[in-house]
Amino acid sequence: MSEPMDFLLWVRGPAFDVAALIFVIGVVVRFFEIFSLGRKANFSEPRGTEFGPGMKSVLTRSLPEPGMFKRQPLTILVGYVFHIGLLISLILFVPHIELFRETFGFGWPGLPNPLVDAAAVLSIVALLAALWHRISSPVMRILTTNEDWLVWALTFLPMLTGYIAYHRMIDPYPLALGLHILSIEALMIFFPFTKLMHAFTLFIARWYNGAMSGRRVVES
Amino acid sequence: MADTKTLGESLRLHGVSRRGFLKFCTATASMMALPPTMVPAIAAALEKAKRPSVIWLSFQECTGCTESLTRSHAPTVENLIFDHISLDYHHTLQVAAGDAAEAAREEAMHENEGEYLLVVDGSIPEGNAGYSTIAGISNLQMLEESAKGAAAIIAVGTCAAFGGLHKAEPNPTGAVAVSDIIKDKPIINVSGCPPIPVVITGVLAHFLTFGTIPELDEYGRPMVFYGQSIHDRCYRRPFYDKGLFAETFDDEGAKKGWCLYKLGCKGPMTYNACATAKWNQGASWPVESGHGCLGCSEPDFWDAGGFYNALSIPTSDVSKLVTVGVAAGVALGAATAGLNHKTKSNAAKNHGTVTVDDLEKTS
Amino acid sequence: MSEATLERGLNAFKEQIDAPVAAFFSSCVSCGMCAEACLFYTETGDPKYTPIRKLEPLRRVWEQEYTIVGKIKSLLGLSKPVTDELLQEWQELLYDSCTMCARCSMVCPVGNDIAYMVRKAREGMVASGNAPEGVKGASMRAVKIGSPMGVTLKAVEAQIKHIEADSGLTIPMDAVGADYLVLLSSMEIMNFPEYLEALAKIFKQAKVTWTLCSTAFEATNSGIQIGSSDIARELVQRIVDGAERLKVKCVISPECGHAYTAIRWEGPNLIGKPFPFKVVHILELLDELRASGRIKTTGLESDSMTFHDPCSLVRKGGVIEEPRNLMGMVTTNFIEMQDHGKWAWCCGGGGGVSSNEDAEELRLKVFKRKKEQLEQTGADILVTACANCRLVIEEGLEEYKMEMPITGLSELVAEHLVVDETKE
Repeated sequence: MSEPMDFLLWVRGPAFDVAALIFVIGVVVRFFEIFSLGRKANFSEPRGTEFGPGMKSVLTRSLPEPGMFKRQPLTILVGYVFHIGLLISLILFVPHIELFRETFGFGWPGLPNPLVDAAAVLSIVALLAALWHRISSPVMRILTTNEDWLVWALTFLPMLTGYIAYHRMIDPYPLALGLHILSIEALMIFFPFTKLMHAFTLFIARWYNGAMSGRRVVES
Repeated sequence: MADTKTLGESLRLHGVSRRGFLKFCTATASMMALPPTMVPAIAAALEKAKRPSVIWLSFQECTGCTESLTRSHAPTVENLIFDHISLDYHHTLQVAAGDAAEAAREEAMHENEGEYLLVVDGSIPEGNAGYSTIAGISNLQMLEESAKGAAAIIAVGTCAAFGGLHKAEPNPTGAVAVSDIIKDKPIINVSGCPPIPVVITGVLAHFLTFGTIPELDEYGRPMVFYGQSIHDRCYRRPFYDKGLFAETFDDEGAKKGWCLYKLGCKGPMTYNACATAKWNQGASWPVESGHGCLGCSEPDFWDAGGFYNALSIPTSDVSKLVTVGVAAGVALGAATAGLNHKTKSNAAKNHGTVTVDDLEKTS
Repeated sequence: MSEATLERGLNAFKEQIDAPVAAFFSSCVSCGMCAEACLFYTETGDPKYTPIRKLEPLRRVWEQEYTIVGKIKSLLGLSKPVTDELLQEWQELLYDSCTMCARCSMVCPVGNDIAYMVRKAREGMVASGNAPEGVKGASMRAVKIGSPMGVTLKAVEAQIKHIEADSGLTIPMDAVGADYLVLLSSMEIMNFPEYLEALAKIFKQAKVTWTLCSTAFEATNSGIQIGSSDIARELVQRIVDGAERLKVKCVISPECGHAYTAIRWEGPNLIGKPFPFKVVHILELLDELRASGRIKTTGLESDSMTFHDPCSLVRKGGVIEEPRNLMGMVTTNFIEMQDHGKWAWCCGGGGGVSSNEDAEELRLKVFKRKKEQLEQTGADILVTACANCRLVIEEGLEEYKMEMPITGLSELVAEHLVVDETKE
């Protein structure tokens, strides 16, 4: 009789605990895994500094080189729309902000819902386009592993269930919300052990790239 | 005990005019989302309806549901409908007590076998029957007995409908809902803590008019009252959509009547008619009076993570969880780092200097 | 130490993987952008040349040896091992179709330095015996004869005599206490002796004290190209020893791309300590002389000229502005290619590709990119600063029947140099 509510309580309770624990432990372990491999001291006489250029690359790698945009507009466009839509839905939707506030003790103002809704729709469309692109582009297909499909699905489901829950397309609401939270828990559990981890490690990767180039005074 | 007067006769006896009666019928029709053409049919059916025998069982409950129905400030047609029924057993309201009261129940059951309505408020302790007994009879036994000859059961209030407060963690009495025990009778859940009076009378009116139970949602609640969420019908909804929220109960936002989501309003998950039917003769309802919805008409609303916490947040202490996770991660990470370090230094140790004489493969 | 084995190769992979590599592999989302930056993909359209894919063997070792998930996958028998067959198949990808030009490293949205990883992956390829024959041969000659092209000291001395007789300039050899030690690339010695003559002329005018070294005349480093630090170290050590013996303040890397990478950026790390001398590229020195007014030019060319940036100088070296300043000294009509500086396209022959016969057909095919770039500029003359690029481009132009004179930038500066005769 009361399964949907029990389900919602389960996903907000024990399931969330397990997912959050795996997520946090996994991410921390992954950082140890990476940094434990170290980097050899560099004895070559530096021409420039490492830290600043590294930080600069962390930012500038978000901007595509114009020539690249001409060659592969879809990857870049889809990448932008998806990530911006995802970020807006994730961090500017009031119910999500409340979750952060509860977890970390601070929050920030959200966006009006119709805007978040529009961003989510664009993001979902971009994800579908990304899937089509992955299937149809020879380069992407040769690179694609099972993990890439999994990662796509893990990203798509929270967007889809979130949209469904917001628009109450599944009744009762606790079931819709529960499915949304469950899909995020799946994402959290797989996050540290798949390429989803790029959301964190790309900052490290970009910094290393920028730092190594900065040493030679090449803007990277 | 059963009165032979029809509902129409009874209402006129109480001074309700034909005009007032039709007004009620119209309101009932619109409330139940029936077309206006149904009004005469409702009127005719109600006019001729016989007083049904009603047995009201109160188990683990607080009498709030009964209070809700009876403590109206002014007499209304809804009250009169309620007055009209032959309430043959209700241990709070009836005059009889002790053996006489139980005898009345037995008699009503016997005389109206297969026709009487059974109304239940309160949950049933399934763990230890001794937690709640009436006249030495356990709630479970009384429910099973009384349900046998009932035409239908109306579970009034969230306790009867879903187990309610008693079923909240850790549920010491092993409380369950009526529907957990009775499987072979139509059950209408009129949830709410308490339910809106007009919802109860509306269900009765439906039963009297059509002799059937109304269309129910998957929680066994009448769709006409529970088909839409508080959130979707809330007059503060535009503020939610604009992202305007009261952050505390006395800030500018609260004074301006902004959305109470951040203060824990459970409107989005709650299905009830509060936003349209309101309370106390339409005077107000919780959100209008400045407090978020508690979600009282939903199963397990007591356990939904705190009345003042937003719906989306986890129920456990997440910051503690994160701390534990980080600590465990560091421990496990240090072990992993040790392994990686060992692998790498072994590789360095096993390094054989490559010279130009080593460039060809074996064989 | 007798032969290359798979085991030694795997061990080398394990040794090479560091935190940046782990961060890079963790970040790749298989977006395929790197392919668009790689001339081996853009000119062939074959997705197998996608840069990040070239690292599959290294990635597998990383996953299986350095991640928990990889270890679990190995236990469950779900991971694909790195076999000799795999490495054999990947030889084409890691050598024939990669010049380590690092253009892919510049475009990766998550910031992966793919060229950095290719360089590391080659360590495993060498140790497992999967380097191409041509590159092996070059390394062999470099170590045993002293130059990858087999140029001996005798040949150098013969060229010196020739130049001295022709120009009347002196070319010092083993002059202890000179400020600068000049290194040469084999190709310069054999194909472009003009370079040495140009330096002699410029240094004389600018009053730079310099010398060649009989034990370290060769700047190129086949160890870097084949991808063996051990071999590269041996070759770098010769230069360090020579520079220390002659007590020079500074070593000049010649007009060669990878030599600069080898001595300037990898050298100190190969010997495990900072050099007691500075290392500059010849273009850096010339630009310094220009800036301080020690050299001046005259009779600037009016023919349109464009400049081909050697990858090792720009993306991997940071020598970007210097050649442009120097171009301003020799022509009034300098035309940039559309993608230049740090975005320059490789000639297709760097990173050992030009000495790898297996790659010749592919190299000529992908030269299309450079050819189109050159055509786009409509320039009369192509200038560059790398003897290897120069030779590869000459071959490419010949293949595509395109007429375009190529010259080295240092020569061009020397040609237009204002020589102060009175102070003779």
